Parts: sequence; structure tokens; C-alpha cells
Amino acid sequence: MNIFDMTIHELHAALKGKQLSSMEATGAMLERIEALEPQIGSYITVTREQALEAAGAADKKIAEGNCDILTGIPLALKDIFLTEGIRTTCGSRILDNFIPPYSATSWEKLRDRGAVLLGKLNQDEFAMGSSSESSAYGTTRNPWNTSCIPGGSSGGSASAVAARQAIATLGTDTGGSIRQPASHCGCVGLKPTYGRVSRYGVIAYASSLDQVGPLTIDVEDCATMLEAVAGYDPKDSTSVNTPVPDYSANLKQGVKGLKIGLPKEYFIDGLDPDVQQAMTAAIETYRRLGAEFVDISLPHTDYAVATYYLIATAEASSNLARYDGVRFGHRADADALLGMYTKSRSEGFGAEVKRRIMLGTYALSSGYYDAYYVKAQKVRTLIMNDFIRSFAEVDVMLTPVAPTPAFKIGEKINDPLQMYLSDIFTIPVNLAGTCAMSLPAGFSAAGLPIGVQLIGKPFGEETILRAGYAFEQATEWHTRKAAI
Amino acid sequence: MRYQPVIGLEVHVQLLTDTKIFCGCSTTFGAEPNSHTCPVCLGMPGALPVLNKKVVEFAIKAGLSTNCSITPRSIFARKNYFYPDLPKGYQISQFEDPICQWGWLDIKIEGQDEPKRIHITRIHMEEDAGKLVHGELSGPGDGSGVDLNRACTPLLEVVSEPDIRSSDEAVSYLKQLHQIVTWLGICDGNMEEGSFRCDANVSVMPVGSDTFGTRAEIKNVNSFKFVKQAIDYEIQRQIDLIEDGGTIVQETRLFDPNSGTTRSMRSKEEAHDYRYFPDPDLVPLVISEEWVESTRKGLPELPEQRQQRFMTDLGLPLYDAEVLTASRAQADYFEAGVAAGGNAKAVGNWIMGEITRSLNDSGASIEACPVTPAQLAELLKLIDNGTISGKIAKTVFEGMFRTGKDAAAIVEEQGLVQVSDSSAIEGIIDEIMAANAGQVEEYRGGKEKVFGFFVGQVMRASKGKANPSVVNELLLNKLKG
Repeated sequence: MNIFDMTIHELHAALKGKQLSSMEATGAMLERIEALEPQIGSYITVTREQALEAAGAADKKIAEGNCDILTGIPLALKDIFLTEGIRTTCGSRILDNFIPPYSATSWEKLRDRGAVLLGKLNQDEFAMGSSSESSAYGTTRNPWNTSCIPGGSSGGSASAVAARQAIATLGTDTGGSIRQPASHCGCVGLKPTYGRVSRYGVIAYASSLDQVGPLTIDVEDCATMLEAVAGYDPKDSTSVNTPVPDYSANLKQGVKGLKIGLPKEYFIDGLDPDVQQAMTAAIETYRRLGAEFVDISLPHTDYAVATYYLIATAEASSNLARYDGVRFGHRADADALLGMYTKSRSEGFGAEVKRRIMLGTYALSSGYYDAYYVKAQKVRTLIMNDFIRSFAEVDVMLTPVAPTPAFKIGEKINDPLQMYLSDIFTIPVNLAGTCAMSLPAGFSAAGLPIGVQLIGKPFGEETILRAGYAFEQATEWHTRKAAI
Repeated sequence: MRYQPVIGLEVHVQLLTDTKIFCGCSTTFGAEPNSHTCPVCLGMPGALPVLNKKVVEFAIKAGLSTNCSITPRSIFARKNYFYPDLPKGYQISQFEDPICQWGWLDIKIEGQDEPKRIHITRIHMEEDAGKLVHGELSGPGDGSGVDLNRACTPLLEVVSEPDIRSSDEAVSYLKQLHQIVTWLGICDGNMEEGSFRCDANVSVMPVGSDTFGTRAEIKNVNSFKFVKQAIDYEIQRQIDLIEDGGTIVQETRLFDPNSGTTRSMRSKEEAHDYRYFPDPDLVPLVISEEWVESTRKGLPELPEQRQQRFMTDLGLPLYDAEVLTASRAQADYFEAGVAAGGNAKAVGNWIMGEITRSLNDSGASIEACPVTPAQLAELLKLIDNGTISGKIAKTVFEGMFRTGKDAAAIVEEQGLVQVSDSSAIEGIIDEIMAANAGQVEEYRGGKEKVFGFFVGQVMRASKGKANPSVVNELLLNKLKG
């Protein structure tokens, strides 16, 4: 079997059975990265030497009989995860020279189990964007059609999985940044419940919305990756201290009798016909598998995007204040303090980041705070209540991930409002703090992947993984490969 | 026109925890710059704060000791502004729903019988900033350095209502608050190092008015003396300005201890918009009734309660009770001395006299006093049973303080046992009378003042060991002839 067709589980079996060494797998991956980067641009930094060194160490462990499911598996991380001693840019010029002195908890967990880091993946600057075009390190291209965007902000995390430049990756999701690129690139992407995975060492965009999650080739890999990174972290006060279920063990129980809600607000007139078609087919598949459908309503859906762009930008305006040129990152030459601040930040941040800092600063300003930030928090509570109410009736919800398949590079970059609307179906989940997964569910007429979204109850990852697995067993979408 | 000053105080109390408020770094003062730092207090990307439970405990103690209500669910907020000593570009503080609210202190005012109640609006927890080091850097240029050892050390900010009406009241309130936080052991009270520092909001209005004037906030006042100076200066400045037809502008002013004046730092227009909002990195702090009650039970007896007890149970006068409760350590020393059998009034006198003097001279604190309370009680016993005189006791005490030895050992070593044997004393008296026949004649001629001369001579000849009452009695008999 070709290593580039392998899932984590398949590669694990090959490593364990000594058909392949991690050194060989990692070497092959590094070669493929090098070969495809000119076309795709998934990576900001490739950590070739460290990867080979880690692969060697993994092979030694395997030879000693210690072959954990992640031992020797070549993975890659969005460049938002701090990696000790390895440059971490967050897609921004302001962190161009930043070598972190410590590592993110989620990466430490993977590393401690023997995973091999191939490199750091491209993303929208500070995770602000839906197309990966706002990166200071170039635009990532969609492996299914290189004139299209891969989605964002975790664009590199999705394109690397789709182009088989990594076996699996980690991304972050603040308003859809894992699910939307997963949908556009035809892979599985899961945003866990807020608090399920530690945010320590993950560069903050909007602290009350950010969550770490996996992007993988199939649902089983997704369960494995989530299991590895989930759990309470005493270094993150917002991580939740509840046990991590054995997600893999319960995957195969099927969906018979599962109650799936279809929120009417997600089936809008402007929905792309190809997306509509994939949704209809997905509903049919689940019906055939024995699931029951319930029509539900999430009445405050319309306010989600506006609410998100107040809360997320408010938090971001404060989170990004630390990039001041004093202790790390880009520092401009200036005669005095104020000049150093304004020049460093003007030069270091890109247009979208500046736009959001200004929006957020405005929303928190004296005299506007109540009308914007406080009001947005109240609406957030209403949106949360929508979900709580509906989840009393259903086990999961099924919706589109994005209103359209991947759009063309450059198509929306100068129209922020249009860009913001590409997240209308994913944003409410972040505001509600619950979990959701994007599953490959079809292709557009133009051959671009389309995903559907399974939304779960808070800490209901087990259920959406199980539902996703059943869907995957009944369909072939996840087995198709980008012809690159 | 006569004017009424109106004053409110904001006091920053640095807490005596071993580690910082949101990370595990040490709070030790005076270390190598930036040696007590980590990703959290350096404001590194991705770092997150975790609240130090000890800080909450200290805040509850402070709140309960100042009659505050403890907020069952309090929240942390971000105060946003840029400055190089503020690593994250925001300070984690509390804004809405601080941990303590609606308290008060009753302060004593010179010349008034009734204490005055000063209300406390709130006490909240926050992190301190680092500090800038100017002009001490080696290398090219005249750049400034940033030392973040102090960044993220825990502070309480105690905010009073504008109930204070004079600089004396302000100082009295501050002293009482200072006594409480040091008494609780939550602050070292060192004002020079900034462990207890104060900003004063000062305004004036015509006497009889009920509308406050425009206030100025005075920063950087770091001693009781400077508080009085700064407030008095500011009151007079505002009165003079109004009298000259000017108007007071709302502003922040800096106190200059060298000139004793205040000068404008920034106007209201230049004031920061701090854009406070709840910190999404920290969950709301829920404090259970049980936690509050167990903290209340663990509180030490507070200075005022202890003063009262010293007066009613031990019969001390008010002055002694006040002085002895100036610090918890001193009050503890006193009580240990009494418990070891010392007479309360005498133990108190010795603490206020010899002990305080010796400690001041040696620069030691009462906790480190070389003479233990039990040793002091033993010394007092030697006076009571006539082994030594009160005068000799001072010499004995000096020896004890210097060496840490017991009173009996010093008396023994230096041969300081009091001589009460009348034959020995008579011998001395006879010698002195023989050598001073002239003065004997004077006395007998009616000049009784000379008696003192003879007492002095006898005591000197006995090296102070003669029992003074025996000397008096014998001398009187002999001189009368």
C-alpha cells in the first residue's frame, strides 16, 4: 500500500508490523511536501531535521516494542501552536522572528506519544479569515483545484491532509476555521466542545471561542487524534475537568434510532445547489441507516455573524495588544516609545488583523461598550439557549458547513462582508460552545469537495464521531483523492 | 469663603504570597532582573493565567477584617493600555463584581471621643506591572530596560468612599488599614518598597455645600508623612485657584516628595479609555459560604478587639493598650510575657521602654528580640523578690539582650545581687559619713536636701547593688544621729 494513501491506523499497522519504518514514512512525506509545495503552499516552516530525528527515535521505540498508535506518525501543526525552539509565526509578519520558549500542551501530548512533527502550516494571519489569503507567508491553494482557496483559517491544515503532505494535522476553530477548510478540502475536521482541549500555548485570537481540533482523512483518525489531545490542563483555567471518553471504542455502534435535527434556519434560499444536493443525499443516507429526522428551529441564527464579529474582535483587540515590539516579534526603529508601538504594529500586522483590532477596540470603547459588547453577549446567551432547547429534542444536528464550495483565490479578499458570510453555518456552534464536525459528503459539478456538518451536544463528541463513522461506512466520499 | 476638603483614597496592598497571582513564579524582591519570570508573566503568546488560591484567601481575610461583604461570584476583567512594563498590553484586575464590597473602618481622630466611620466601596484583586530601569544599561545608546520580576505579583486595591475630610483623617485611616493588613500577615507594609501605596482623590467645596468639587487624583504617595503633605498642598492649591477666580480641572497629578508639591501628569481628556471587559481566560470566581466562614474562623483577633481585652482583662490604660497593639508581634510578645507570670503593667512598661529602645538601636524586629517573653518575666521576678533593684535590672537586661542569656545567669556572672544586709550597708554609710563630715553638719543643721547626696554616694560605693529602701532607712537613722 502506498504510504500516501494511508490513514493513521493503516500506517500504525505498517509500523508495528515492521513493513515500514517511521524514518521511511517521514522521509517520503518530506519529499512529497517538497515536491508539492510550489503548487499548494501548505507549510510556512518544514522541520526536516527535527522530523527525521523524531522518526529515528520513534523507530527505536518501535524496535523496543513500544508502538503507541501515534508513535512515528508524521503530523503537522497549524502555525498557531507554540513549538519550543521552532519558529511560530501565526501567519503574521509581526512574529516572523519568534522562536517560542515553550510548547503548546496539545503538541506536547502528541509529541510525548511519539508523533513526528513535519512542520508548521499556513493559515490566515492570527486565524482571522476564511480563505488563508491573509497570511503574510503567501496563499495556500486547494489541492482539488489550485485556483481555489483551501478555506481558512486552518487552510494549510486542511490542504496538507488533502494533498497527503501529512498523515493528519491540528488546526484551531474560532468561527469555523477547522470545519470550513475541511469541507473545502474534502477531509474530516472536528471542533471540540469549548474546554475539551487545552488552549495553553495556542496563540489566542478570541479566547472565549478558540478551540483546538484535528483534521484527518477519516473519522477513525479524527477520534484517535481527539483522544490524544483532549483533557483537562491545569494551565488552562477554561479547560474542563471531565474524563475523556474512549472515542474509538464506540465508533461502530451505528445510528439506528439516532434523532437528527434539521434546523430550518440553515436551509436558506441562497444555498448553493451543489451544497443543497449533498445535504439532501446525506439526509437520505442517514434515513437509510435508521436515523430519525426532526425539524427544529434555532431562531437567533440570523444574529450569529454580527454577534461573533463583536465578541471575537473585542477579545482579539485585547489579545493582540502584547505584540508591541517590546519583548519579542517585530520591532520597528523609532525615536520614542509611541513611535515604536505604532510603527511596529503598523508594519507587523496585515489589513484584516488591523480591521479586526479596530472593530474590537471600538466595540469595547467607553460609551459603546453596552451597545455593542454587552448586547452581543446577551445575544450569545440567546443563541446558546437555542441550542440547549433543541438538544432536548434531538441527539445531533445536520447542516451544511459552508454556503458554497471553495471559491476562487482573490474572489472575496476585497469584500470582507462576503468573506464573513462564508462562516454563517459554523459560527453559531462556537458561540454556543458546543462541538461539531465536518464530514466529506459529495462534490460540486466543478469537482470541488463539499462537507456536511454534524453538531453535537456539549461534550457529545462521541455521538457525532459515531454518526460520522456510520456515514463514512455508507459512502465513499472520503476515499476520493485530489489528483495532484 | 471657607472650604471643606473631600478626600477618597485608593490603597494598593502588595500581598505576601510566595508566588505570583497568575503563575508559579516567586515574588521575592530584589532578584536579578527578569529572573523570576515565565511565559505567563512575560505575556508570551499562548500563555494563560491561572488564579493563585492564596490570593483569594488573603482578599477574603482583608474583606472580613474591614467589614466588607464577600461577593459570591466575582469576575476578573482586563484593563487595556499600552506601556512597556505591562507585558500583555492589559492588566488583569476586577471591575464589575469585585471580591469585596461595602465595608467600613472606624477611625480615631485626635481630640474626638467618637470614632469616625470611613466607608470602603470595594476591595479587588489585580496583578502588578513590572518596572522600567532607566539609564543603567550597559551597551550603546541610552535605552531603558524592562524588569518583569514584579509583573504579575498580587495586589489588593482598597477603595474608600469620599468620606475623609482632612489630611489627618486620611493618615489615620491609612494607618489603621496598614495595621490591619500587616496584622493579618497578608502584607509586609513596607511603604518605601511600595508594598503599601496610596493614590488620593482630593476636591474642595464651600463649607455647607453638598455638591463635591472637581477632583484631582494624586499619585505616588509612599509614606504617611507624604500623604499628609500631598493632601494639604493639594487642598491649598485648589482653594487658591478658586479664590483667584480659576476652575479646577479633573486630572491626575503627581506628588513630588522633594518639593512637597503636586504637578499635573495628565488631564481628563488625555486619560486612558481602559476598555474594561471580563477576562475570557479566567472563569468566574465562585466563593462558597463555607469558604468565607472557615476563613472568618481562622482570622486572628484584630487590633481593636485585642486593645479592648488588654484594658478590661489585664487592666491596662488605653494608651498602653494602643501602643502594645501597634503590631501583632508586639501584642503577642506582651501576652507571652504576661502568660509567663509577668505583671501586665510591668511587662508593658518594659516593652514600651527598654525593649523598644534596644530593638531600635539594634535595628531588629520584636520577632527577633534576643530576650524572650519568658526571660523578661524571669527578670521581673528578680526585681519583685528583691534579688536585684529596678536600676540594676536595666544593666541585667542589657546583658541579656546582648548575649541572650537568662537574667539569673547575668546577675550571677556580674555579681549584681542586691545587698540588703544592713551591717554591710551600715559599714559603707559610716565610711561615707566620716569622709563627708561637712555635709553631715549641714544636714543636721536643717539642710535636708543633702540627703540625696548621701544616697547617691552610698549607691555608687555599693556599685548600685545596695537595696535602696534599706539604704534610705539606715541613712535616715544615722544622719539624725
